[in-house]
Amino acid sequence: MTVQETQITREHVIDFVYDEARMLDEGRYDEWLALWLPEGHYWMPLDYRQTDPVHATSLLYEDNFMLRLRVERLNGQRTFSQKPKSRCHHVLQRPFIDVFEPGEGRFVTNTNMHYVETRLDDQILLALTATHDLRAVDGALRIAGKKVELLNCDAAFGNIQLLP
Amino acid sequence: MNASDIRALFRGAEVHRDVYTSPDIYRLEMRHLFTNTWVFVGHDSQTPKPGDYFTTRIGDQPVIQVRHSDGSIHVLYNRCPHKGTKIAIDREGNTGKFFRCPYHAWSFKTDGCLLAIPLKKGYEDTGFEKTEAARGLKPVGAVHVYRGFVFARLAETGIGFEEFFGDSLSSIDNMVDRAPEGRLEISGPPLRYMHRCNWKMLVENQTDTCHPMVAHESSAGTAVRIFKEMGEPQPRPPAMQIIAPFMSPYEFFEKMGIRTWPNGHGHTGVTMSIHSAYDAIPGYFEALCEAHGEEKARAVMDENRHNTVYFPNIMVKAPLQQLRNFIPLGPDRTLVESYVYRLVGAPDELVALSAMYNRMINAPTSIVGHDDLEMYERAQEGLMSNGLEWVNVQRLWHEDEDYTQEAVENGTTERQMRNQFDAWVKFMTMSMEGAQTRVAAQ
Repeated sequence: MTVQETQITREHVIDFVYDEARMLDEGRYDEWLALWLPEGHYWMPLDYRQTDPVHATSLLYEDNFMLRLRVERLNGQRTFSQKPKSRCHHVLQRPFIDVFEPGEGRFVTNTNMHYVETRLDDQILLALTATHDLRAVDGALRIAGKKVELLNCDAAFGNIQLLP
Repeated sequence: MNASDIRALFRGAEVHRDVYTSPDIYRLEMRHLFTNTWVFVGHDSQTPKPGDYFTTRIGDQPVIQVRHSDGSIHVLYNRCPHKGTKIAIDREGNTGKFFRCPYHAWSFKTDGCLLAIPLKKGYEDTGFEKTEAARGLKPVGAVHVYRGFVFARLAETGIGFEEFFGDSLSSIDNMVDRAPEGRLEISGPPLRYMHRCNWKMLVENQTDTCHPMVAHESSAGTAVRIFKEMGEPQPRPPAMQIIAPFMSPYEFFEKMGIRTWPNGHGHTGVTMSIHSAYDAIPGYFEALCEAHGEEKARAVMDENRHNTVYFPNIMVKAPLQQLRNFIPLGPDRTLVESYVYRLVGAPDELVALSAMYNRMINAPTSIVGHDDLEMYERAQEGLMSNGLEWVNVQRLWHEDEDYTQEAVENGTTERQMRNQFDAWVKFMTMSMEGAQTRVAAQ
């Protein structure tokens, strides 16, 4: 999407959230990494309503380097936990747009999702709320931050290998 | 199964696969091993005020750690003496001056003593006062709080705390001495990671120095490659500090050294470790010098032990204030809880580093965790093979190894795994029929 910043509409913002989930489901990670601003972090809190990602343990709090490492690792010759590979699937409720400031180029969405991840005979279902903090840069929407709050963040999990 | 059957499962440099797969052995571990040893319960900062409690398990036994009105910490079986209902249902909370059973309102002081029963007249002249139920919530056999860490022995009598842990307590000392105020505080809830494998595989992996560069090549090796492709930017990304050292060559791990102590305890990283090259945090060393004096502060910081195994089922990582609790849930099921602690009086960057390590290495979402769990689960499945019945723990073994003596060896030895099995046999059999036969024979 390349439009004038002031031309970004509510529909553009909502489409962006759907497109991002589709990239993850289809494993289009190069395109997905390109959505991120350099200082962006992907945060998945460990504690329900956790406010501090840094001084308490989170499930994920990943910078660009970690995200690149995570997705490049998936295709490694010696990535044994991905032999065979996992697959994932997001089902989205229509995003709420909580902040819509085209003049500032800033948009925040809140989206409820069901996330399914499968490998071999295992399949897990996670219910989550994703908050996307988006910016318009050179007419395109980019991710400044994404927070994924799992409904059952305090449960014990086996491997979650892809990105909810 | 008697003591000689148990002893036959460990023959020096090999261990029988039944110790990982057999439901019968698992039940015996719960009844004997986790009863006779000192097992980690929690940290005292999880229950700072009177009435504060925290629920967990010792082996398969549900217990409550609670702060009594006099400030002491008690560990009680989480079971109403009346009908068996768990008294504390949630993971933590404050119960005030007493526990009250949600089923029939029997109530108990926070040291477990029976406080009141509704319609108590109904028990008059029944001999009730002579029953176990009249004594209230049953305490475990013994409790010891060491520098904030709460351990319990389920058995009423047995080995003492100091004798059981001996000099291995130096790793906990080093972790606590790293706090300018000399104490730790829990920082948030633990990561909870479910493993479909036997709990001992996880404990053995803590001192397995021949796996990181192999099993973690996918994560650490990829990190190193990406960093090079980026032209090695400075300051290096945090992942390079935390994950990349896993790719250190065999020689590095050989030099790191392994120390073993009697009763199954031991640690990697005698001379240095993968935790030795972290960036210094401004203001921290100064605060430590102020607390300890420069000489002791330097000695505390120069000790960079990697993983210390406290037999049977925890690991402490002193330089990062971490504790991992490998809680057995079945022969092929283990819950791993990974805690981080804040060094009281130290800059916040320290606990940020601990939390970063925890999420990068120990989380169910961690790529390093994925590498390891894949190996454990493959081993758990592979061990069902009847083609071979023994697991090999022979690296750098010599026949006259004496696990009653502290030893320091090449960092790639599997001596610590053998040391754990020696202790495993000892504490499995000490309360079994036939346990005296070997002693008598000697």
